[in-house]
Amino acid sequence: MIDENINILELCKKPSRFETVKRVSSEWSGMDYLGSIKCRISNSFRMKYKIEPGLYAVGEPNENSDVFASANYKLSFDILRKALKGLNAWILVLDTKGINVWCAAGKGTFGTQELVKQANKVKLNSILSHKRIIVPQLGAVGVNADEVFKKTGFRVYFGPVYAKDIKTYLNAGRKKTSEMRKIKFSMFDRIILTPREIIPAIFKFFIFAFVVLLFFGIQPKGILFKSAWYCGEPFLLLGLTSILAGSFITPVFLPFIPFRPFALKGWLIGMLLTMFLIFLFNFQEQKNILILVIEILFFPMASSYLSLQFTGSTTFTNMSGVKKELKIALPVYLISSVISVILLIIYKLHKLALI
Amino acid sequence: MRYIKNVASLKFFAEKCTNCLICIDVCPHGVFLLKNKKVEVSDKDLCMECGACALNCKYGAIFVNSGVGCASGIIKGMLTGGAPSCDCGGPSSTECC
Repeated sequence: MIDENINILELCKKPSRFETVKRVSSEWSGMDYLGSIKCRISNSFRMKYKIEPGLYAVGEPNENSDVFASANYKLSFDILRKALKGLNAWILVLDTKGINVWCAAGKGTFGTQELVKQANKVKLNSILSHKRIIVPQLGAVGVNADEVFKKTGFRVYFGPVYAKDIKTYLNAGRKKTSEMRKIKFSMFDRIILTPREIIPAIFKFFIFAFVVLLFFGIQPKGILFKSAWYCGEPFLLLGLTSILAGSFITPVFLPFIPFRPFALKGWLIGMLLTMFLIFLFNFQEQKNILILVIEILFFPMASSYLSLQFTGSTTFTNMSGVKKELKIALPVYLISSVISVILLIIYKLHKLALI
Repeated sequence: MRYIKNVASLKFFAEKCTNCLICIDVCPHGVFLLKNKKVEVSDKDLCMECGACALNCKYGAIFVNSGVGCASGIIKGMLTGGAPSCDCGGPSSTECC
């Protein structure tokens, strides 16, 4: 897997015990930049964006150089090696199945066992004259420093959360400021995470659009495209608006939207946009009270659901909280959906003059 | 940014704490702080239940019911009956943290 994803400069030069270690550049190539963007867009690309675990060298490290542990998700590795520019250091890549440090630590693949395994495998003992491994702080979710010490004799130093702070951290004598310990979640961070929310939502939208058009298209004379579009169009527009509200606006403006629960934040934004659209377009079919009720019931709820999905991308939501939200939200979603479908059927039967 | 109030499962047993400060070192949200040379919980609502502190506390002074704070992971856990996970390993899964 390594061959296609990484450019190895050359093997390390002398002394001989370093000779098998692959040396990598601290610069990013055009492909590296492209890869970092594609990771944000394509799930399938990201899942395959990995490198071979093991020891790598940046610069011309020797037995006194620091070792940084990383994940074998190539973007994690790339961010680290870029941050090590100008330094001579080792990178110990753990086999995290192509997942980033934090998530892999949560699953345990970036963990004590794997760290011990890789340290032994590359014979870190014989390469280094010191006993330090710098592990990214977020790796502490899976790495038990005390156990690593007992099993390998290496002392784990939990480095800064962000690779960009590594040089300051080293210069301070491996000391972190409290700022270096904190995970941030800026608007920029949130924006680059939205494609991951929007793209799966668009796929669901296609199914939704097909069902809606089919439903409204069914007429006594067969399936008519004209009536499908005439009645279905507002629903399609509102559907897209829910995605905009739940998967983009809510994540991006997260701290500025009232309420703590994501489901409520998403519902609020969804409701505002739904109302806005209804008044703006003043669709003919909305004169029908049933359709209006369905729209107000269903689309803010869809936005709420999509916003709740974003909890998976945040850096601050906890499991207890999301469980609490789901306990209330899921039944509400289910009931609202059922009511919406029933109302739609009543509407349709009425239109077909069956009731 | 803060999430829902009073839900985090974090428990700190001050009597077991030796003030080794590892919890302060690993917490990405500054939940712990040193006050009068003693570690204490500054704000439990900041806790995201990642579990780094509990794992690294040698003295068993911290308990967290750690897990993913991720809706689709938890729903998946409910459906499969297993623990909440954002399991990205399987070929069928499309979501990943």
